[in-house]
Amino acid sequence: MHPRDRWFAALGALPWLAVVVPMAMMAAALVSQGHGAISLNFLLEDPSRAGRAGGIASLLLSTAWILAVALAVAVPVGIGCAVYLSEEVLPGSAAEKRLGFVLDLLAATPSVVYGLFGYQFFAITLGFGFSILSGGLALSLMVLPLMIRSAEQALRAVPGSYRQASAALSITRWGWVRRILLPSAAQGIAVGIILSVGRALAETAVLLFTAGYVLRRPDSVFDSGRSLSVHIYDMAMNVPGGTERAAATALVLVTLLILINMVVRGLLRAPASLRQ
Amino acid sequence: MTILELPSTTPALTLNQVDIRYGERAAIANASLSVAGGELMALVGPSGCGKTSLLTAINRMTDTIPGCRVTGSILVGDRDVLAVSDLAALRREVGMVFQQPNPFPLSVVDNLRFPLAEHGIPRHERNARAEAALRDVGLWDEVADRLTTPALSLSGGQQQRLCIARALILEPRLLLLDEPCSALDPVASEVVEKLIVSLKGRYTLLMVTHNLAQARRLADTVTVCWVDGQCGCVIESNRCTQIFEAPAHPITAAYCAGRTG
Repeated sequence: MHPRDRWFAALGALPWLAVVVPMAMMAAALVSQGHGAISLNFLLEDPSRAGRAGGIASLLLSTAWILAVALAVAVPVGIGCAVYLSEEVLPGSAAEKRLGFVLDLLAATPSVVYGLFGYQFFAITLGFGFSILSGGLALSLMVLPLMIRSAEQALRAVPGSYRQASAALSITRWGWVRRILLPSAAQGIAVGIILSVGRALAETAVLLFTAGYVLRRPDSVFDSGRSLSVHIYDMAMNVPGGTERAAATALVLVTLLILINMVVRGLLRAPASLRQ
Repeated sequence: MTILELPSTTPALTLNQVDIRYGERAAIANASLSVAGGELMALVGPSGCGKTSLLTAINRMTDTIPGCRVTGSILVGDRDVLAVSDLAALRREVGMVFQQPNPFPLSVVDNLRFPLAEHGIPRHERNARAEAALRDVGLWDEVADRLTTPALSLSGGQQQRLCIARALILEPRLLLLDEPCSALDPVASEVVEKLIVSLKGRYTLLMVTHNLAQARRLADTVTVCWVDGQCGCVIESNRCTQIFEAPAHPITAAYCAGRTG
């Protein structure tokens, strides 16, 4: 082997050092710190004593509500925008470049900025206060660029031959979108939705500004609710003796994210017959 | 240019001095031809001579191409295609089958029911019409027990026959075929060719093909296109036997003999 090629061979260790080792260290830290708190009751009980005792049931519920609000807004709006972009905006056109620039800018905007805007607009201006509604709406804004981009890519990947056949048969735009375009892209759109769920699930900054801290179970979307990610932050930073529960909650969150990733990978591996 | 003697009745399709441009580039210029009702005309010629452009202008698929402009006169019966505002009605009257089989990602039967639903055919008529179309293309016996399976699971030849059935189900007067066998193996091609022959008389057919032997086997009339400089043109249009046995144009003679193109 040429001496210079030895350097290249040495690069083979880099992915393990940069990706696998930190992941393993993080998992080991979470397990060693949090395993003592993990039990079935941890998942089924509400927290007590500012989170030092009890479980995370109310937090799981609040997280699910916040996600539901975010997806209820982001999915239809995101898919609608993606259909418009893929059907009406030619790739490489000036409109596509401008819209693409704005979408990329929104995707790169720090989540704390979405939190600040969500607080000002949803909590103050619209009067929703610290609530699941404010948190869900702010999160929906944050995941929208990811949702639009992934759905747009899936829609643009639908074979042009379907569009050609549809035009030759004079299929209406609505019929084309409803019966051919969306079902053909369903797998890619689903992947985008699941990735958005993953991003929303892990989000903290936006929810600190909008959904609040309250530990109790929410009765409606107008109640404040604490998400898992906010709970981890609060237990680790503000509650003396909360480290073990923070790590245990993080373990639950990471497990949920791993499950979501597995679903995404399963969808991407789905055989052609299933995708049809 | 030699143009086929027109029959006494109104032709099913007449193109007169048709020009097609993509932006500044002319794809074909001054193209004229005429197809009698119930006959099959083959459009032959080398790549880039504008055959497919000519075909797609007839059902205004050229409208879907940015920057494409068609001028001249295209008459389907006595209807001026370029003046038509109701494209749905035009495309019901002028069906089209493409080079690659392109069934929708739906079940076999839904590939046929979906266009019917889109064109307002009542629900109770759709199954009967789907069955009739499948019988028409000789596919019924092969798929009767798997009508609800995905159309994309059929073989290439079956998919192409399904696409022909899908084009016929809207009861067109004219069927445009853009190299319908070029993506198929010889066995599937033979089946599709037989189907195309069986459609003659009931439908007027205009077929683009690169396969001169196929044109000779199937067509009643042949139009030869050529590339003159950078632009396509029609050089000869006549009965099939005349084109292959006594061509009027020297380029036709050379092309049919395989000496050029």
